[in-house]
Amino acid sequence: MSEPGDNLRRLTGLYSTMARIRAFEETALEAHKAGEIPGPLHVSIGQEAVAAGICVNLRIDDRITSNHRGHGHAIAKGADPKRMMAELYGRANGYCRGKGGSMHIADFSVGMLGANGVVAGGIPIAVGAAQGLKMQKSDAIATCMFGDGAINRGPFLEGLNWAVLYKLPVLFVCEDNGVAAFTRSENVTAGPGVVDRARALGVKAITVDGNNVMSVDDAAQSAVAAVRRGDGPHLLHVRTYRITGHTSTDAAAWRPAEEVQEARSRDPIARLGAVLCERGVPATDLGKMLDEAKAEMTAARKDANAAAWPEARVAYEDVQDTGAVAWSK
Amino acid sequence: MVEVTLIEASRRAALQEMRRDERVWVLGEDVARGGLWGQYKDFLGEFGEQRVVSTPISESTIMGAGLGSALVGMRPIIEMRIFDFVMCAMDELVNQIAKIRYMFGGQAKPAVVVRMPHGMWRNSAAQHSQMLEAWFAHLPGVVVVTPSTAEDTAGLLVQAIRSDDPVLFFDPKDLFGVPGNITDPIEPIPFGVARQVVEGNDATVVSWSAAMPVATKGVAMLASDKIQVDLFDLRTIWPWDQEAVIASVKKTGRLLVVHEAVEVAGFGAEIIATVVDKLGPGAIKAAKRLAAPRIPIPFAPPLEAEVRVTPEKVVTAVKQLIAV
Repeated sequence: MSEPGDNLRRLTGLYSTMARIRAFEETALEAHKAGEIPGPLHVSIGQEAVAAGICVNLRIDDRITSNHRGHGHAIAKGADPKRMMAELYGRANGYCRGKGGSMHIADFSVGMLGANGVVAGGIPIAVGAAQGLKMQKSDAIATCMFGDGAINRGPFLEGLNWAVLYKLPVLFVCEDNGVAAFTRSENVTAGPGVVDRARALGVKAITVDGNNVMSVDDAAQSAVAAVRRGDGPHLLHVRTYRITGHTSTDAAAWRPAEEVQEARSRDPIARLGAVLCERGVPATDLGKMLDEAKAEMTAARKDANAAAWPEARVAYEDVQDTGAVAWSK
Repeated sequence: MVEVTLIEASRRAALQEMRRDERVWVLGEDVARGGLWGQYKDFLGEFGEQRVVSTPISESTIMGAGLGSALVGMRPIIEMRIFDFVMCAMDELVNQIAKIRYMFGGQAKPAVVVRMPHGMWRNSAAQHSQMLEAWFAHLPGVVVVTPSTAEDTAGLLVQAIRSDDPVLFFDPKDLFGVPGNITDPIEPIPFGVARQVVEGNDATVVSWSAAMPVATKGVAMLASDKIQVDLFDLRTIWPWDQEAVIASVKKTGRLLVVHEAVEVAGFGAEIIATVVDKLGPGAIKAAKRLAAPRIPIPFAPPLEAEVRVTPEKVVTAVKQLIAV
């Protein structure tokens, strides 16, 4: 049984994680607009409770696979924002030595098996990681973060069916922000949606309010425990809202202003802040956490912007051991 | 030494490696029953259902789950049953397996072997007969293995399973029953080393996979006409043995590449272009490809025969080269 003090510490931790994700995303967005970050950038502003509430229940040796909107998942799993930011900038000290960028951040040392540029691309990988862990008799689990767009791709059906057949330790998390790129998911998805699809295959599935980090945490806690004790795959359908556009250059102006306004009123960070205030956490403490998060990411931005580019030879490295093409000036 | 068929040689190679390394596992349709071709016969009894996994017909997940297991330290043999079905797993192969080491900055080496029995076989028509190995030579991040004998299949499969690189292993369906002599234990054969089958000064002939026995027959027919050629089985097309082929063409000045795949944009074009680049056009008197026309593989036996390379066509092609 957890004590009320433990619970408050846990909630404070979740607040800090969400604040850090928000600060990372806002800083990256500014840097992209300033022309410092090249390439496409998909941020998860408004969705922070999903990453924080799921990953707080995972151990460092649990694995996750993520998607193109994966910065928050990486931070919540324990990745270093400095090396993430450096990767967004394409610099030599980034997680991928500047060869991956925003869509391919991975940190195997904390069990983050990579973001993915292909929708649903992480599903078969997570399932296979779970199968490998089971073969190794590990009690670590795999968690697979994908969006509502992914449930209309074949690997979703294949992966869930597979995970049930082999009773694999995998937690599927459908982070449903209601929109697949520029299209409302409800307009392109037949039937009642992901929970019914999962249940039809025998995957235990529930819907959770993804803008309430305490609900996400509670649901994830039971689901992770069940998956870890060998109950087979579970799915959490976590409903949230993408405050910003599909990419940093998309204003998502097609959405009614009232809709975005309403979503802002359900901001997961502000909501948890209100709960913490009610429980006696001084507003100044919360403000301090927000400021610290902003300062951490501003420093990461400054460092990344000053960091060295990878040398040309790096482009030729880590292709393959046999049959690699040599770099020559 | 023991004489076995090519497919049995492959079975013994995988068996040896699964006994040697418990990280190796095999997944694919019907593999627990021994596989479509008997290449995993009796594996289930020895290794159990966790390491010999018959899967649903879910090619994306067969490929992707193999990869996922590799990312936690396993070494999967991913069985595609028939090459053409890999089209259903192209994202997992091309966007994921081939890219993961590179785009994650070297954090992971996905040690997977993807087995894809390919080529024409008993009139199986357009979706069960293709040879598209050139596509994958074009793909950075993978090794492309294309053996034609039992000995090479065994040694290269051992090498593939021990390799940290993703290896695409093209089993030659039409040659599965061809016998050869393998050693016990089976020793690995390095990638990128061609096997010279015949020596001669009149021309260089390069081939691999199912076209190799055809080229060999053609070369034997030429010998009775007193035409002697260097004949190479490349065995792997990425990496491929540029050194051996270039040294030979330097000597003969004439190059014929024989493959079962379509001639247009096939790997023969790459070989000839590389040799011309490296030796300069002046060093080469004539070069030619002998391969399939750019048509799908038809069903009816006389139509399928239209697509195939033949020993007679090899004889004609070499004679044309020598006439230049």
